[in-house]
Amino acid sequence: MAEEYEDEFDGPIKRFLFVNRKAPYGSIYALESLEVVLISAAFDQDISLVFMDDGVYQIAKDQDTEAINMKNFSRTYRALDGYDVEKLYVEKESLEARGLKEEDLLVDVEVLNSKQLGKLMNAQDVVITS
Amino acid sequence: MSGDTKMLHMVNKSPFEKTALSSCLRIAESGSAILLFEDAVYAALQNTSVANEIVNCLKNLQVYILGPDLAARGMSNKPIIDGVKTIDYDGFVDLVAEYDAVHSWL
Amino acid sequence: MKFGILVNEGPFTHQSSDSAYQFANAAIKKGHEITRVFFYHDGVNNSNKLSEPQSDDRNLVQLWSEMAEKNGVELIVCVAAALRRGIKDEILAPGFQISGLGQLIEAGIEADRLVVFGD
Repeated sequence: MAEEYEDEFDGPIKRFLFVNRKAPYGSIYALESLEVVLISAAFDQDISLVFMDDGVYQIAKDQDTEAINMKNFSRTYRALDGYDVEKLYVEKESLEARGLKEEDLLVDVEVLNSKQLGKLMNAQDVVITS
Repeated sequence: MSGDTKMLHMVNKSPFEKTALSSCLRIAESGSAILLFEDAVYAALQNTSVANEIVNCLKNLQVYILGPDLAARGMSNKPIIDGVKTIDYDGFVDLVAEYDAVHSWL
Repeated sequence: MKFGILVNEGPFTHQSSDSAYQFANAAIKKGHEITRVFFYHDGVNNSNKLSEPQSDDRNLVQLWSEMAEKNGVELIVCVAAALRRGIKDEILAPGFQISGLGQLIEAGIEADRLVVFGD
């Protein structure tokens, strides 16, 4: 693979996994975890995001936070590919348990079942959870 | 880099309070280990409604429990599930060093 | 071995900070290096020098400060999370520094293991 530009970050590349298991707005973890992901993009690492359990709700469409007076940060998930963070995975079982389908999600993801996800999550160097 | 990482899964919430343990068990691969600490130590006791899940996962995974957290909660004299190994903070450090990476189920 | 630690919760409300501290302490005694302890979410509250627990109870803020002083452990508090929660330079306990999230990612890159403590 030809280098099209010079990497600014000159060091080892590790596989970073960000795991999201919590719903948005009921707690700050979804928002603050996303802030870490955005910063991590500057370090040229191999970044993956997993949304499972209530974490799948973080990327549900049609979030309207006006009446609860909180910042709607859901659009930021769509900006991730602009930061070269493109590996977004969702657990099939978590979607099904919540009656959700892929079309209910606001960003392109790869849906994996538990076994496939287990394999992926097992092959990581640094796992950051919140 | 191969996908042969040996992962240490850390679970610190009670299985009766949160789904962290059940999600961990759904995902953890054969050859991994689970450390139960803080409120998750209750999961290692015999005769609970989750005991069978631990008994089953022991076929594929190592399960450890942090002794100090068990003692703090007055459970040191209660029987723990056969095959679960009790360690202290020194053992916790050794475990993190022994496994390739750590996944905290929060 | 080099360990990085991430603490996601504040002192006392959750056991996370205690568990992280006990782990770090044991690691140092065994001759390992704690490259950095990064405090995020409510974890930033571990840096508040105004914390005054009961006199017969452990003082977590002080314990972390002492660990920084005795062992040169870097205690980094995330600036954005800190500002939200009113943690500013003027109330930082000794040994704590406010810095950016990049320090967390760097800790993940530089350490052999990153261990996360939270809820």
